Amino acid sequence: MLNINQSAEIIFTPELLTKFGEIVNRYPEGKQKSALLPILHLVQAEYGWTSVPAMDKVAVYLGLQPIEVYEVATFYTMYFLKPTGRYMLEVCRTGPCCLVGAEKIMQYLEQKLGVKEGEITPDGMFSWRGVECLAACGFGPVLQIGPEYTFHENLTESKIDELIDTLKLTTAKTPVDSIS
Amino acid sequence: MGRKLLLEHINVPGINTFDVYRQQGGYRAVEKALKTLSPEAIVEEVKKSGLRGRGGAGFPTGMKWSFLAKPEGKARYLVCNADESEPGTFKDRYLMTYIPHLLIEGMIVSSFALGAAVSYIYVRGEMMPQIRILERAIAEAKNAGFLGKNILGSGYDLELYVQPGGGAYICGEETALIESLEGKRGNPRIKPPFPAISGLYGCPTVVNNVESIAAVVPIINDGGEEYAKVGIGRSTGTKLISAGGNLAKPGVYEIELGLPVEEFIYSEEYCGGIANGKRLKAVVAGGSSVPVLPANLILKTVNGEKRLMSYESLADGGFVSGSMMGSGGFIAFDEDQCMVRNTWNFSRFYHHESCGQCSPCREGTGWMEKVLHRIEYGHGKYSDIDLLVDVSRKIEGNTICPLGDAAAWPVASAIRHFRDEFEWHITHPAEAVKRNFGLAHYADPLPPVAEPA
Ligand SMILES: Cc1cc2nc3c(=O)[nH]c(=O)nc-3n(C[C@H](O)[C@H](O)[C@H](O)COP(=O)(O)O)c2cc1C
Ligand code: SF4
Repeated sequence: MLNINQSAEIIFTPELLTKFGEIVNRYPEGKQKSALLPILHLVQAEYGWTSVPAMDKVAVYLGLQPIEVYEVATFYTMYFLKPTGRYMLEVCRTGPCCLVGAEKIMQYLEQKLGVKEGEITPDGMFSWRGVECLAACGFGPVLQIGPEYTFHENLTESKIDELIDTLKLTTAKTPVDSIS
Repeated sequence: MGRKLLLEHINVPGINTFDVYRQQGGYRAVEKALKTLSPEAIVEEVKKSGLRGRGGAGFPTGMKWSFLAKPEGKARYLVCNADESEPGTFKDRYLMTYIPHLLIEGMIVSSFALGAAVSYIYVRGEMMPQIRILERAIAEAKNAGFLGKNILGSGYDLELYVQPGGGAYICGEETALIESLEGKRGNPRIKPPFPAISGLYGCPTVVNNVESIAAVVPIINDGGEEYAKVGIGRSTGTKLISAGGNLAKPGVYEIELGLPVEEFIYSEEYCGGIANGKRLKAVVAGGSSVPVLPANLILKTVNGEKRLMSYESLADGGFVSGSMMGSGGFIAFDEDQCMVRNTWNFSRFYHHESCGQCSPCREGTGWMEKVLHRIEYGHGKYSDIDLLVDVSRKIEGNTICPLGDAAAWPVASAIRHFRDEFEWHITHPAEAVKRNFGLAHYADPLPPVAEPA
């Protein structure tokens, strides 16, 4: 849960601030709070998760109370309130995907990575979790990987093997979507 | 072959780019609307088309537009609902991925009709690839003079932005979506006031589904009356159906409304039957929120008539023996599927997604999930079945937004139609964790209805 005592200094880069500015310009005068969700996505893409110091900085940037940021970050499922593995594999666990084997895929992932849902592998590379319907029911089982949410469809155990091998070799922040 | 009004050009290579889309006749609707039609005339065409909202509720789009308040000096907004999170539904993702300019074109015409100078497309945050696709499409359209200031020299200005969500099914509900777009938690608002009077930033707002907005393009190109000739009765036009579950050929299909359900499932043109040669046990016809029906009731109504893919026919029999069109999320279950397990899964979904504002929904969804879990895992009691019915009744109609109903209906309908299977889980707990109940009699032809004396 929220750890209010983190004190790591967060400084947004000029590039990030430029992007923030572009987003704020999409809304009418005085409605900059609308930029909160998109800005939190950018922050998470930059730092890997949504920490309290980062949220506080966002609050200052948008002229909001910190609580207005916390209540949003805790409501939505996409903001990670604690660090995750470098690649968070999110498998759809809702009905239609379960009809075509999502539960088996999650079991396989757990066994393959050797960590439980929400935990991080010792090398810091991977986490996994079940998420609700990803609107890809015709191509299940499916999983997605942030921050660009690349998509992997019609999963099988061998596709998982292949995906994990590829990710291990990838140094880029955003995984390739060469496998689908 | 059924007529295609939305996906006609989907297989043309490069149709996701502006140039190819334009070569195929794209953006004609914008030219026609801005050069030859008044906003009122467009609303009139949409009314004549009989188009019903494709997001789930099926409310007539033209009528919704005509309710939009037009106070002096206040902005008006069009917000496109691309939150697509209803389990079983994946048509909007498909449309945005493969033919994004259809949505952009529809947004321009619709915004003009409603007098909006700024419009937003609210896309669920997980669809980051689609957000990138739409942003590129918007930039292309703007470059070509179809967005921005003085579009096509008409004097009409429009800016279009894409807004990502944060991962929450409830933000598909239109007032929760508006809250989220304002940078808040997705708690639905109490209505009235309706968004048409006070929506985004307190201004009059229309929220429409991706597919509804895309359908405005053929309506303007061909005229509302032509559009209304497609389909059957009050179910006019075509509908995108997301076909998933145990089908031989799952995917997104554009159908003419009125297509027999049997043809949709079994013909080679559509789903090609049940996967792996299995038999059909049950169908959820319109996304997880609508009542589930056993195979015999989805293919034929209790009167022995063929059931059709139309708003009226799918609802034939009400909640006793019918279902709903919903969002067109068509989920097929084969003979190996367990209805208890699926119902538990859906209940977990609604419990997870309840925003928590109303006690019946917040507590009731959790309670149903717990009870279903214990039935599925062999610890159920006989009284649990009636308890579930009771809880679902107490949620239904007693909440701020329809998520409560959406959570109650799948449970109530599963028990109504598959009660034997629930009871078997309770009477045979050891067996129920090892094997499934199977097809049982759920695909048997129904006995003929007795003639009233
Ligand atoms: C819990 C809930 C979730 C919803 N999710 C969606 C959705 O993902 N997409 C959508 O278009 N409509 C959704 N709706 C329906 C919207 O509230 C609204 O009716 C719709 O966007 C209106 O557009 P339409 O008239 O074009 O269908 C949802 C409604 C509820 C109650
Ligand atoms: S019905 Fe459920 S989701 Fe809707 S407002 Fe109430 S608690 Fe929130």
